[in-house]
Amino acid sequence: MPEQGPSWDVLADLQLLLQFHFMQNAYMAGTLVALLAGVAGYFVVLRGQSFAAHTLSQVGFPGAAAGVLLHVSPVLGLIAFCVAAALGIGWRGRDVEAGNRAEAATVGSILAFSLGLGLLFFRLYAGSAQGIYAFLFGSILGIADRDVQVTLAVAVAGFAVLAWMGRPLIFASVDPDVAEARGVPVRALSIGFLVVLALTVAITVQIVGTLLIFALLVAPGATALQLTARPAVGLLTSVVLSVAFTWGGLALAYFSAFPVGFFITSLAFGAYVATRGLRFARA
Amino acid sequence: MSVAVQLEHASVRLGGRAVWSDVDLTIEEGEFVAILGPNGAGKSTLLKALLGVVPLSHGAASVFGRPVRRGSPDIGYLPQRRRFDPDLRIRAVDLVRLGLDGNRWGLSLPSPARRRRVGEMIELVGASRYQERPVGELSGGEQQRILIAQALVSGARMLALDEPLESLDLNNQQAISQLVRSFCRTQGVTVLLVAHDVNPILPFIDRVVYVAGGHVLAGRPRDVIRTETLTKLYEAPVEVLQTTDGRLVVVGQYEPVSHHANSH
Ligand SMILES: Nc1ncnc2c1ncn2[C@@H]1O[C@H](COP(=O)(O)OP(=O)(O)O)[C@@H](O)[C@H]1O
Ligand SMILES: [Mg+2]
Repeated sequence: MPEQGPSWDVLADLQLLLQFHFMQNAYMAGTLVALLAGVAGYFVVLRGQSFAAHTLSQVGFPGAAAGVLLHVSPVLGLIAFCVAAALGIGWRGRDVEAGNRAEAATVGSILAFSLGLGLLFFRLYAGSAQGIYAFLFGSILGIADRDVQVTLAVAVAGFAVLAWMGRPLIFASVDPDVAEARGVPVRALSIGFLVVLALTVAITVQIVGTLLIFALLVAPGATALQLTARPAVGLLTSVVLSVAFTWGGLALAYFSAFPVGFFITSLAFGAYVATRGLRFARA
Repeated sequence: MSVAVQLEHASVRLGGRAVWSDVDLTIEEGEFVAILGPNGAGKSTLLKALLGVVPLSHGAASVFGRPVRRGSPDIGYLPQRRRFDPDLRIRAVDLVRLGLDGNRWGLSLPSPARRRRVGEMIELVGASRYQERPVGELSGGEQQRILIAQALVSGARMLALDEPLESLDLNNQQAISQLVRSFCRTQGVTVLLVAHDVNPILPFIDRVVYVAGGHVLAGRPRDVIRTETLTKLYEAPVEVLQTTDGRLVVVGQYEPVSHHANSH
């Protein structure tokens, strides 16, 4: 970690922050992830699919393990498994709402099995607690150049698709029956969004890990929706928050002895609690 | 006057079962039509068939002279529903806007023309005061006004309203039916309104479409809502009673369907 601490000279601090290649990679990948997670997260919260997001992140566990096993990047394994799971969930029904108990139980069983499978993979072939740790809590400081490229490709593609289907997706999310009657392909959109969500989850897991995914994929959107009911403003707020949590978390971790994931989640949690409190106080 | 809705030998099957079959129905443009019938008879299905959301298994359906097609901007739809989730964080005005361009793909530049159109529509239904509030926080009557604005904003010539008066108090039932009537009378909008209770709209309606026992019967209200007619339609003893204040109550043997406002 750095030899010098932070000063009040912002430029000098930035130079310090970005003097090492791993920090440059961390900021690049982190920013890309935050941008996509901010947009996708707004829809996740609007559609009430936080549970689906969490499920996808955990189903990715054996995927990451398989990536390690096959000596390809774990993020590629993650992408493959998450997208497959998204197609499975989307094919079965609208989504995995917690209210739907039978389905939640099915998904829960698959979830447990895939986690067990991932554990086995890691034990047999990688044998490293390090790998599991990175998967559970993220490994943003260990992002390779190739991961940055994959992240860039996924983020650009995800962004483009969400920009293209954003409006019909909002329509289908808040008023599916009317949207369907007006010619919006509600079911196809639902599956399409799950696939984008799977891609987002796959690259977000690199940064904050599967256990902390709430911080980047749910908290910014949830906070933004507390603050505003305007879709455009909400989307923008969600992205700004998500980027702010990531940048702040990275900087705080760099200048201290504590892990990045802790700071990102703390910032996210703090913002969410603060806005909820604000609305509660106003009401 | 031209024809708004035409069904010819139309049938719908859902889950391997015929909901209704061999239905012939003509609705003139500008008519205010009440769709009545017991629960599960296929009233919602009738609207969905006209919207192209549910396919016909036999026969043909056309709306304003063209075969039914999903996504037609000619029909504004208000589905049968519970209220919006109180936590739904989207403004009423955004919901109306979705009725105008929510089916368009891609990004678009801000459009003053569309914004104006939305504003005018909201004013017409008398919802300007609360248009900026999140829709989940609005009362039932306020939500219905917003939804009617959403249904009409794309320039719809027909309103398909599925139980819009349900869960409203009497004042709001009257206000909403009068609002719908005014669109019907002043703008020539054809109205198909599914109702559980015919009485609040009895003074307004031109025609009744009664759905029961897999059949559909259409005619003037006082001709259709009669003991003999409904008994034949239900294929079971049904009795129509009239209260002293002119309200109609339908009493059936298998499923008592009350058309009285205070009975549910
Ligand atoms: N998607 C579906 N699959 C199978 N059966 C359905 C479906 N939707 C409706 N039905 C059945 O069709 C019948 C008519 O339903 P509906 O049109 O909703 O009745 P209503 O609106 O008159 O109460 C009911 O028996 C209902 O159970
Ligand atoms: Mg119905």
